[in-house]
Amino acid sequence: MGGLDFLFYMGDVFTPINFGLLLLGTIGGLILGATPGLSPTMAVALLIPFTFQLEPQQGLILLGAAYTSTVAGGAVSAILLKIPGAPANIATTLDGHTMATKGEGAKALQLSFLASAVGGLFGVFLLIFLTPVLAQWALAFGPSHLFWLAILGVTVIGTLDSSSVVKGLLAGCIGLWLATIGFDDIMGAQRFIFHPSVSGGINVIPALIGLFAIPQVITMFTKGRSSDDAEIISVKRHPIRLAFVEVLRRKTALTIGTITGSIIGLIPGVGGQIAGLVAYDQSKKFSRESEKFGTGHSEGVIAAESANNAMVGPSLVPLLTLSIPGSPTAAVLLGGLLIHGIFPGPDLFMNYPQVAWTFIDSMLIGQILMCIFGLYIAGLAARVARVPHAVMAAVVLGLAVFGSYSVQNSMGDVYVMASLGVGMYFLERFGFSAAPLVLGLILGPIAEANFIQGSMIANATVGMGSYFFTGWLNWLLILIVLASVSYSVWMEVAQRRYTTKDDAVAKEEAMS
Amino acid sequence: MTSLPRSQHIVASGLIAAVGVTIAYISYTQEPADAYVFPRLISSVFAVLAIWTFVKAVLGRTKVGNGISGEAMLRMAPGLVVTLVYVFWAAKALGFYTATTIAFFILVSLYDPAPHRQLKTWAKRIAITAGFMLVMYGLFAQLLNVFTPREILF
Repeated sequence: MGGLDFLFYMGDVFTPINFGLLLLGTIGGLILGATPGLSPTMAVALLIPFTFQLEPQQGLILLGAAYTSTVAGGAVSAILLKIPGAPANIATTLDGHTMATKGEGAKALQLSFLASAVGGLFGVFLLIFLTPVLAQWALAFGPSHLFWLAILGVTVIGTLDSSSVVKGLLAGCIGLWLATIGFDDIMGAQRFIFHPSVSGGINVIPALIGLFAIPQVITMFTKGRSSDDAEIISVKRHPIRLAFVEVLRRKTALTIGTITGSIIGLIPGVGGQIAGLVAYDQSKKFSRESEKFGTGHSEGVIAAESANNAMVGPSLVPLLTLSIPGSPTAAVLLGGLLIHGIFPGPDLFMNYPQVAWTFIDSMLIGQILMCIFGLYIAGLAARVARVPHAVMAAVVLGLAVFGSYSVQNSMGDVYVMASLGVGMYFLERFGFSAAPLVLGLILGPIAEANFIQGSMIANATVGMGSYFFTGWLNWLLILIVLASVSYSVWMEVAQRRYTTKDDAVAKEEAMS
Repeated sequence: MTSLPRSQHIVASGLIAAVGVTIAYISYTQEPADAYVFPRLISSVFAVLAIWTFVKAVLGRTKVGNGISGEAMLRMAPGLVVTLVYVFWAAKALGFYTATTIAFFILVSLYDPAPHRQLKTWAKRIAITAGFMLVMYGLFAQLLNVFTPREILF
């Protein structure tokens, strides 16, 4: 596995079908990303049923392109409507929309797509060069390490992605429990089967569709018959050459955004929203024109957008090397891999080099396509973003039902999708987050299989305590689990010191 | 936090705690015990965290989650009822495409801010529904060859 293997498979991206799917995913993703309420995770989850009849690499190309471009497409509605298409674009609204109101909408869009492409390319290169190294290292992992890694994935997302540590961990436990429903792999015993729909266990794809799409549909219902009065700001022409010059001139913001996004992308559970906001904040601190931030300053747009796309590539590193999805979207991509019978992990690049490298290469080319098409279809995307929420809710519901059914031609999957989705809506209203639950559901089987395998080895050799709690790698993983929980508890307590209960409620309202 | 969300938090966390305790009970009592080793581990943590959350809700110390206001509940109720009837009954009983057409049209009509008294509004809603169904039929029936339940209609 050499460092330049990705070049060997680059040609596969340009076969007619692969390139057509890449174009489709990129353009579709840009439009979906511009639609408020359609998050990248939800868009990718709804697309999975369309990949069933495709070859694994073709399906992954479509999903990867959609992931990349939905993140960038969210900038369109952030700039033109002041509504972030995805949480990752929140920081973009701060300066992007102000630029648009000043008549610099086209410039803001050009800067955002160019910065996204630079950040995105850097992120994918990081994915290309880090993944093989980590994959080699991961070959040394035994069952106890993989068990702790799975627990790490759930706890890190549970603690960092949620407003409450306890509720985040509880959501992770609910996900881990849901994963145990069905037949036990070792004894063949049926567990927790309280309805025939779940007799074969909970299929991950309908569960993902339900958990991400249905809460959004119900949230749209709660808006009632109100109309979104966001006004689309008209875009005047702006020479692209000047936008190039501007991006190159703002090297500090671009560098800070790209590096911040890449580092944050590598940390499981810390999403694009954090990447954008941290990069924006750091660029402001290091800028010579910090007082201009918030008044329609190009550095704000460049930093935020380069960061949220730079995190896309690195967020897939833990997935492709350790089969631990570092983000909810990576978890959905894992679902996409599993339905094609591909299990990511250290040996992915040995068993399926063509699938893995073509997928990664397509993300590289996808960044360039996203930049080119983003500049041209921004106006169309902004119009799509204004589709009434009544229509959007009905469309998403229809897609969710058909998509879930098509997984195994089973009504049981539709019932599971709807039940989990409605349940998740109510859980979200009480402070629970979908991300740790999804991670629990996906990592549950990995955690259980390695726990059982590890127990068997332990019972035959050194005993459970010694097997799971000794060795530097076990201890490192346990320490990271404890550190993430402790850090989150400390942050929660520190915030409470300065925040009254009313402030917290107001903040929650604003976020929801 | 007003008294409404507090009581909602108590009910919600109480339900979760009940689920957690039930799962833990099942995990520790069902046979074969070897099949429940991992569920025991998970359900123990689940039950402890759920009870912790419930106690905090009872004491009024819940910090996150706004619950659901009566107004939001009233707004969502018709859509939720249509969704549940569509998913759990109509899709199988009437046929996938018929049920989806009806549910889609009802949902769009229920939540569309355009005035109900204009003929143009209804024509637009019918056109949107027909367009969506055409796309769904093309995608799932023709392109992906998904055989959906047809039952008494289509």
